[in-house]
Amino acid sequence: MKNSTLSQDPIPLSNITVGTTVQVLDLKTTGLSRRRMLDLGIVPGTIINVLRKSPLGDPIAYNIRGATIALRKEESSQILVNPI
Amino acid sequence: MGLTCQSCGKALLNDKFNIKLGNHEAFVIALAGNPNVGKSTVFNALTGLKQHTGNWPGKTVTNARGHYTHKDKEFMLVDLPGTYSLLANSVEEQVARDFICFGKPNATVVVVDATCLERNLNLVLQVMELTDHVVLCVNLMDEARRKGISVDLDTLQKSLGIPVVGTTARSGEGLTNLMDEVHDISLGLKITSPKNINYSKDIEEEIKGLVPKLENIFGNTLNPRWVALRLLEGDQTLLDSIHQFLYTEIYSNKDTEVACFYE
Repeated sequence: MKNSTLSQDPIPLSNITVGTTVQVLDLKTTGLSRRRMLDLGIVPGTIINVLRKSPLGDPIAYNIRGATIALRKEESSQILVNPI
Repeated sequence: MGLTCQSCGKALLNDKFNIKLGNHEAFVIALAGNPNVGKSTVFNALTGLKQHTGNWPGKTVTNARGHYTHKDKEFMLVDLPGTYSLLANSVEEQVARDFICFGKPNATVVVVDATCLERNLNLVLQVMELTDHVVLCVNLMDEARRKGISVDLDTLQKSLGIPVVGTTARSGEGLTNLMDEVHDISLGLKITSPKNINYSKDIEEEIKGLVPKLENIFGNTLNPRWVALRLLEGDQTLLDSIHQFLYTEIYSNKDTEVACFYE
């Protein structure tokens, strides 16, 4: 992983506004939910685009490696990212 | 323990997965893949059925199976639920994993989406760790072409070490090729050598320690390397499934050793 891109402090994915593209830095989860995220293709370095919010603001839809995946705040707040 | 009907894979299919083979000569082919890659379209195109398979309701496997004949051999195709992984986070994944593990299909076809190969290959690697009899079916080739994506099937085949077939199930393109490959793998006419994934040194050391013991317990019923990895991961669902599917085979004579692994 390129460390030169880590200029800012990591932000949880849940705080990113719609339309932004970010890169995953780290996952804070462990166990099954971590496994699940890795299976969905969310690994350090993955590029994620924030697509849109649902009417109540949670969950939020993301484009992850070519598939649209909705994540609840519970999960997305565990994913640390950097805007790119 | 002799090779009775009880201990062979096909009896297990009947008992646990509720799959009855009318003709015991039929080869069993499992169809796996991520959700939404067109597994059911491939299934329907091959079997001529119009199964709307959709999601997997619980653990029923009976509804999603069909037959086809190719080169005078009969094949029974089992459509597995779409999953991102075989590590059993959910019932669907467990059904898919248990079928590939314990149902002992003669071949497993992994269907992937040509337009987002990257995310699909995770499952391919997991299936390859589990069994050697794998065929990769790169589906939705028309969609990929439309999006200006070209897939280098030859290179993919070389780097994975398994047969790779490009298909467009909707129009039937490539299906004959797929049936040829499945035929060859099922009959053992073609030996695959799936690329092994090497883990970090610590993990490999642990695997090396576990594999001989597991070989002793499972014989050739399960891939010992794969079981070792799951044990290291602490996967309880696999132990439950082993208990459920292989109890009579293993426990009758090797009670104590398995008990050790449960600790």
